[in-house]
Amino acid sequence: MSMTVLTVDDSRTMREMLRLALADAGFRVVQAEDGLHGLEVLQAEKPQVIVTDINMPRMDGFGFIEEVRGDQRYRAIPILVLTTESDAEKKNRARMAGATGWIVKPFNPDKLVDAIRRVAA
Amino acid sequence: MDPLAAIRETFFQECEEQLAELESGLLAMEGGDQDPETINAVFRAVHSIKGGAGAFQLEALIRFAHVFETALDEMRSGRVPITPDVLKTMLRAADVLADLVRAAHDGSETEHPLASGLVDELKAMSGQAADEDEAEEDWGDFEFQPMAAAVDMPEAPAGPAGFVVKFKPRGDLYAKANEAALLLRELARLGQTVVELDAHEVPPLTEIDPEAAYLAWTITISGDTDEIAIREVFEWVDGDCELEITKQGPADGGFDMASLLARVQDEAPAEDEGPAVVPANAGEVDVASLIANLSPAAAPEPEPAPAIAPPTLSVVASAPAPAAPDAAPEAQAAGGPRKSEAGATIRVDLDRVDRLIDLVGELVINQAVLAQRVMEAGLARASAVAMGLDELEQLTREIQDSVMAIRAQPVKSVFQRMPRLVREVAAMTGKPVRLVTEGEGTEVDKTVIERLADPLTHMIRNAIDHGLESPEKRAAAGKPAEGVVKLAAFHRSGRIVIEVSDDGGGINRERVKGIAIEKGLVAAEATLSDEEIDNLIFMPGFSTAAEVSDISGRGVGMDVVRRSIQALGGRINIVSKPGKGSTFTMSLPLTLAVLDGMVVSAHGQTLVAPITAIVETLQPKAEDVHSLGGHARVISIRGGFVPLIDVGMALGYRRDPLEATQGVALLIEGEGGSRAALLVDAIQGQRQVVIKSLEANYRQVPGVAAATILGDGRVALILDIDTIVTVSRGDMRKAS
Repeated sequence: MSMTVLTVDDSRTMREMLRLALADAGFRVVQAEDGLHGLEVLQAEKPQVIVTDINMPRMDGFGFIEEVRGDQRYRAIPILVLTTESDAEKKNRARMAGATGWIVKPFNPDKLVDAIRRVAA
Repeated sequence: MDPLAAIRETFFQECEEQLAELESGLLAMEGGDQDPETINAVFRAVHSIKGGAGAFQLEALIRFAHVFETALDEMRSGRVPITPDVLKTMLRAADVLADLVRAAHDGSETEHPLASGLVDELKAMSGQAADEDEAEEDWGDFEFQPMAAAVDMPEAPAGPAGFVVKFKPRGDLYAKANEAALLLRELARLGQTVVELDAHEVPPLTEIDPEAAYLAWTITISGDTDEIAIREVFEWVDGDCELEITKQGPADGGFDMASLLARVQDEAPAEDEGPAVVPANAGEVDVASLIANLSPAAAPEPEPAPAIAPPTLSVVASAPAPAAPDAAPEAQAAGGPRKSEAGATIRVDLDRVDRLIDLVGELVINQAVLAQRVMEAGLARASAVAMGLDELEQLTREIQDSVMAIRAQPVKSVFQRMPRLVREVAAMTGKPVRLVTEGEGTEVDKTVIERLADPLTHMIRNAIDHGLESPEKRAAAGKPAEGVVKLAAFHRSGRIVIEVSDDGGGINRERVKGIAIEKGLVAAEATLSDEEIDNLIFMPGFSTAAEVSDISGRGVGMDVVRRSIQALGGRINIVSKPGKGSTFTMSLPLTLAVLDGMVVSAHGQTLVAPITAIVETLQPKAEDVHSLGGHARVISIRGGFVPLIDVGMALGYRRDPLEATQGVALLIEGEGGSRAALLVDAIQGQRQVVIKSLEANYRQVPGVAAATILGDGRVALILDIDTIVTVSRGDMRKAS
């Protein structure tokens, strides 16, 4: 069975880009539009890896990561954060919250897939 | 479509949504909204546009969005105060951003005339250096900044070229779902590795803290790799582990810049990490530790070694684990309803929807035909067939309504374009204006919305340019300097009503009447009610060059607005109060697929006249009808004369006119307010009919707008009132 990746991003464009890149690489892709939604999809879909954006309505990426890390059931799931290179501060905050790694936007599909394989057991 | 091109389209669609969000957020803030979520939403809109632009390498867009985003971020964090001036600049920046998005969409990405000025303003506002090179600053690599430091050069041990990596994870590394095993796997990709596990810190099982990390590894990598590649493997765990990389250089032990740099970096942030490097295998071995025996075991493959750590965690963690299954179903249930929201919208080709609407139209007709047949067969109304048919009818109507609703969209999409227009016209006229919108969520057919943009644009321009007085005049009249233009939408009796109102001076009736007389639109001696005078502005040819400025001008008068509204099956009128302002009211059908029609007959043919065009119906009296010679006639209605048009003759059904007293006259109002009376044999009734294009199925026929199929299965033509009136008037002119 192929690995399930949950992507959390409020931008439809970004979600479609992620889906295209990940589905091409053979992953099963499930998507959510913000952190709160992400938590719900997480319960239903049990992904092996999560890729999340930071700036989102309702619950941002930091809040989402903290929630996942605070939950016994999901704390071991690797979380990759989508960030811009210029934003060292956000990257650090995401790490403090418990992000496993980060992907720099605009991302290169191959690097994205590599990054996921890097953290996936 | 190639998937990337499709995503590109999605991006531009999303940009439009975000631009709308941006603008409405800024406007809300201008109106005093202090909700932090509003400014967050504004920031996110620009941030998302920048992100997508980055993916598609739209450079001009990225550059502008970046400066804009930075300024918004400063505003969000309170470093730039939210003042009306700042918001005005932000709104102008939003307009430029919108232009840049559209230019990028068209592929005509060029410098925007206002962009560089705004960039400077935004930078000045947010303290960004005016001349900084953004490309360098933003996308450059910040990780490898040179810094001065005194470093002890490690002794390079003699031996084959390669690296020795000492790696000791901290608990944080595992807490972030990083995995030592995976890092070792990555390292193994770089070359031949020999992995040595140091488990001497592992305490007795009873003392193990599941959150802590006890294992350390020493990895010797040989082969063609460099330190940067090794550092990259550990990029995500930097700070969550102790890491020491030493080059096993060739025997000469030469100066290795990469390793120096790496050491500088490794040690620079070490202040808060306590003693930097704990050497593996140092000092005494804890004899009590059962696992200490493992220590000397060299592991050529990385897999066996880390196998110890994670399972330990899960075994010990099994105490709190039983809580999980209990929590799960509950949480699942709570998450249930939202799950469907994930797929709350789907994109469907418009053609498919229209095909469905078409089919449902057929179904409605078919159902009506069936109902009529059942009636004709003489079945009792209480019979099972008739009752089943009633249910079918109800169901059919529901299906029809639901299908029509698919095409319905909120008027928001067209209302959203207006704030910018208001800003532009306000700037051009020098009149401060506030736009108030209401009922943006009101839904109407997509095509109606699309065709509303032009008339609305024109009316709003007019409202500001002609409706509102100058600030001085307003002050003299005791009004606030800022004029208000209101745009409202609501549903009323199965139609959508859109109102454009202003709080200006109202229509100058004397002047309007004067112009109309001067232009020969009304007789000088005519007595007109206030309402009639107000509606003169809709007459073709009323628009006056002398009065029209280049804002509301553009060669379009209110007659064009009226015509476009009528083309949508709508009506428009104006109510004006001197000194208080004017309100234009448009009433439009919710859909263009069905029509409220009056079914009439002419010379045995069944025809449908759109109800919206009919002002009243009357039984002509012999003394009111006057012949003008030939077949041309006029009918006197309340003292005025209007042409009486025999529909049967106009469409060529008969050669000789119907005696007026034998028929019924429909007083209709065509485009530009011209009136005429259509003479038909009889009125059969009023009903909603499904419009079938005649052009698509046959060809265009003058005087016929479309066709429909009636309950008895017969085709009925829908009259094109305007053409009939225009053609008949031509005939009449010839006749007289």
